[in-house]
Amino acid sequence: MNSVMFDIPGPAARRRQLIGTIIGTLVVAAILGWVLWTLWSEEQITPDQWEPFGEPDIISALFEGLLATLRAAAVAIVLAVVFGAILASGRLSEHAWLRWPSIAIIEFFRAVPLLLLISFIFLGFGSTLGTFYSLVLGLMLYNGSVLAEIFRAGILAVPRGQTEAGYAIGLRKSQVMRQILAPQAVASMLPAIISQCVVALKDTALGFVIGASGIVNTGESIYISPLYNNPLAVGFVLAAVFIVINYSLSKLATWIEARQRREGRSVVHVNDTTTGPAAGGIH
Amino acid sequence: MYLSELTSRLADGFLVTLQLLGWSMLIATVLGTALAAMRVSPIPPLRALGVSYVNVFRNTPLVVLFLITVVGLPELNLLTGSFFWRAVTALSMYTAAFVCEVVRSGINTVQVGQAEAARSVGLTFTQTLRHVVLPQAFRNVIPPLASVYIALTKNTSVASAFGILDLTYQLSDLIEDFPGSLYWNFISIAACYILIVAVISGAAALFERRVGVSR
Repeated sequence: MNSVMFDIPGPAARRRQLIGTIIGTLVVAAILGWVLWTLWSEEQITPDQWEPFGEPDIISALFEGLLATLRAAAVAIVLAVVFGAILASGRLSEHAWLRWPSIAIIEFFRAVPLLLLISFIFLGFGSTLGTFYSLVLGLMLYNGSVLAEIFRAGILAVPRGQTEAGYAIGLRKSQVMRQILAPQAVASMLPAIISQCVVALKDTALGFVIGASGIVNTGESIYISPLYNNPLAVGFVLAAVFIVINYSLSKLATWIEARQRREGRSVVHVNDTTTGPAAGGIH
Repeated sequence: MYLSELTSRLADGFLVTLQLLGWSMLIATVLGTALAAMRVSPIPPLRALGVSYVNVFRNTPLVVLFLITVVGLPELNLLTGSFFWRAVTALSMYTAAFVCEVVRSGINTVQVGQAEAARSVGLTFTQTLRHVVLPQAFRNVIPPLASVYIALTKNTSVASAFGILDLTYQLSDLIEDFPGSLYWNFISIAACYILIVAVISGAAALFERRVGVSR
């Protein structure tokens, strides 16, 4: 699509683009320079505010915070996969008394803001659960419901003949699901699941609001100390850490998806699960 | 007593949430479409700028983005007085990255012949994009665009942690005056959000029937 919307630029166009690029770069650099200069003169990003990130104590504290964030995200994802698998099999069930409650749970937790859910869990059960499990429970309920829809789309994407062949050789419903459909669906769902991991990891930062230990909380305790008082520097460092991790995960998802397509397998997108046919696909 | 207080505070919060949503939706859609146009433009540096914007803002947690805008913008003498507009800035910048990805995928679904035809009758890149490709691209992406707006609706709740008195803020606020009302507060606030989400998906379904591309 990209290449047909314009001609390959000739020498004159390339010269024009070069001039435009130089001017554009200067403008962007000027804006960035103005931002940095103002922040500097307002004493928001002076060198002494970056100094703490060179101190071993601070680095190890940030590292521990990151580990706590990753642990919460990992536990939440594992629980969400289990919860999502249960919900998806409930939703795909032939029994209405299993199907309708599953649909209600999935739709409810997908529509409610995660922060509201986490605050509710923390205010209601925080005394017994603690901050870590309040956060994990909230993440599990939300991501489990999203994953349930991904699983359902993955199962439905397996060709019908597979199910019919399973029944024809005398397998029971649960055996068809476990031995025929699930293994084939997992491959097509892998990119969507990894994308959901990125979402879960970003959402783990919400634990900051209820005071769960994590890298954002560590950052807060650094910048509120009068010794440093460097909220912006902390903000940029936190953003950089998350960008590096999430960008690598997204690349992994893209790579797996490309491999699946090369091998001629189908790939399920998160967007497929909302309404109607796939909109983001490639022709 | 409790009921009247609940309704009046929820009404206040609902209004604030709707305002956050409306402004962020508008700004994010305009910015996101501009970014998508940059990503398919003939000029390599513009493409690079679009790609890096998406990679930076899509991968940063919204909380961290809020932290940066709430503290950073006043220091630049921008939006000093208003927490509301700083929240809108964070929400729109974050959501624009997702709008960009959706619009770009929509541009990719428009058949190549359309752009070829537009180019053959002598339209420039901008004209091709504006009159031929983008109108069809938007018709192709109504469902995923609706999901982006639904995610934005839920994301507005993060503003409650940064001094905005929206729906989510009312949860902890109401408990202070009415201990033991937690469940009702949660259910009614959740119902408000579900209402907004239902309206967005309903509108998307309507649009999809009216102008969507049938396949």
